[in-house]
Amino acid sequence: MTAFFQSLGMSFEWAWTIATICGILLIALPLMLGVAMIIYADRKIWAAMALRRGPNVVGPFGLLQSFADGLKVFLQETIIPSAANKGIFLIAPIVTFTVALLAWAVIPFNSGAVLADINVGLLYVLAISSLGVYGTVMAGWASNSKYPFFSAMRASAQMISYEVSIGFILICVVLWANSFNLNDIVLAQKGAGLGFVNGFWFNILLFPMWVMFLISGMAETGRAPFDLTEAESELVAGFQTEYSSMSFALYWLGEYANVLLMCALNATLFFGGWLPPFEIPFLYWIPGFVWLLLKILFFFFIFSWVKATVPRYRYDQLMRLGWKVFLPVSLGFVVLVSGWLMFTRYGA
Amino acid sequence: MIHVFAFYLFAVLTIASGAITILARNPVHSVLWLILAFFNAAGLMVLVGAEFIAMLLVIVYVGAVAVLFLFVVMMLDIDFAELRAGFIKNFPLGMLIALVLLAEIVLGIGAYKAGAMHLGTPDGTAITAPGVSNIAAIGQLLYGRYLFLFEASGLVLLVAMIGAIVLTHRQRPDSRGQNIARQNARRPDEATINMKPEIGKGMTL
Repeated sequence: MTAFFQSLGMSFEWAWTIATICGILLIALPLMLGVAMIIYADRKIWAAMALRRGPNVVGPFGLLQSFADGLKVFLQETIIPSAANKGIFLIAPIVTFTVALLAWAVIPFNSGAVLADINVGLLYVLAISSLGVYGTVMAGWASNSKYPFFSAMRASAQMISYEVSIGFILICVVLWANSFNLNDIVLAQKGAGLGFVNGFWFNILLFPMWVMFLISGMAETGRAPFDLTEAESELVAGFQTEYSSMSFALYWLGEYANVLLMCALNATLFFGGWLPPFEIPFLYWIPGFVWLLLKILFFFFIFSWVKATVPRYRYDQLMRLGWKVFLPVSLGFVVLVSGWLMFTRYGA
Repeated sequence: MIHVFAFYLFAVLTIASGAITILARNPVHSVLWLILAFFNAAGLMVLVGAEFIAMLLVIVYVGAVAVLFLFVVMMLDIDFAELRAGFIKNFPLGMLIALVLLAEIVLGIGAYKAGAMHLGTPDGTAITAPGVSNIAAIGQLLYGRYLFLFEASGLVLLVAMIGAIVLTHRQRPDSRGQNIARQNARRPDEATINMKPEIGKGMTL
């Protein structure tokens, strides 16, 4: 895009600045719209599994429900508890929301269609996702209230635990793709399964990694069945207890943007990203971002499905799963994958 | 133009947030400012072309160390009056430490300017060749030339980890841990017994 603005007669620096701002808007605005629609989809899927109708009043099929909710919270009063630490209390939801948007900068939407094509793309994703916990922890502490504080402590322990295994899983993918750049990882999946299936999921060494990544992703985003940070039966509403109006809505939007990001990462790392699922020439007529979108929607359906059907974990079970099951297994697979590559790809 | 602007932005923010870390009255605020300082330091690393180190700085320090730090500081029950009570008494010691640190920095910069060592020379000869990514360059050094030092540092960390576990672990023979495998293997017909006690007899389990 920089080249296009340069062809209009701008200097490189101005062209780069404007191209970057356009890129950010091109990603962030559809993402916001997508988050609003995905909340509707989540509620509809959830309702269908519970044999209910779900939102069906506002607009055709209830499609405008999220926008009505957004307008409602926008018009409400922002209540700040008098004992709260005001500055941090107000910054916390902004941190959550911003961090949820930041990682989208490195997701490739098509061949070369990525805002920041950096060498360390996957490390960047890992770095940004490790920041996600701060919004929750700051909110829990700044609220100066018991339940949010419990929630903050749970959140920090939970996210650190699952980040470790996510790191090892990503290392396996990086080893196989031989790159940290997300676009290169997508291209490495071209014909990865018998020269016909695009995606690492078909690989027998990486398929278990994908299953673990999906589960860890749910724990990392605090979705059911790992939503212990906002377990309403124990902690009222967790870290969001004292929040109201737009600051509450920012948490809501941030959570769904994070979930969409996890879906996009699943699609990009294991299911071929913007590549079509199979290596058939006419499938390439459909543009790449459509494939990516379809894959994201597929994974989002899995996330909603799990949310609707699986009961919440107990906290010690959550910790056990993270440290005693996922960590050793993923560490073992790092050794296994690197050993396999050593003997096959680099051995000869 | 833009990189000069970015450098001064990151540099000023690093120093400012570092200063506020010390000056902030509330320890939780201190930790949060420290996190901002880490973050801006990572920005500076990106500017000199060390993107791998920058990402590791964010992942390790901001993502793990600072979270645990925040975790501990948040749970402290802090009495601010008590914190400030020993200020005058400890002031000379604090000044002494500050002077030692300052002398070390001055000495370090002086030695660097004198050009005695050629590790990272001011003319930029230490920068890796273009085309070789950060990760590949670091990997070749760590797993090639410095392999034994690297493994030795790994051993040191292992010893530290085992030490921490030995110091904090205590055996509690009276606590009944869960046996997950046994729980999972349990079936409803083992867990429930269907009995038909005769009237007036009662029963024993």
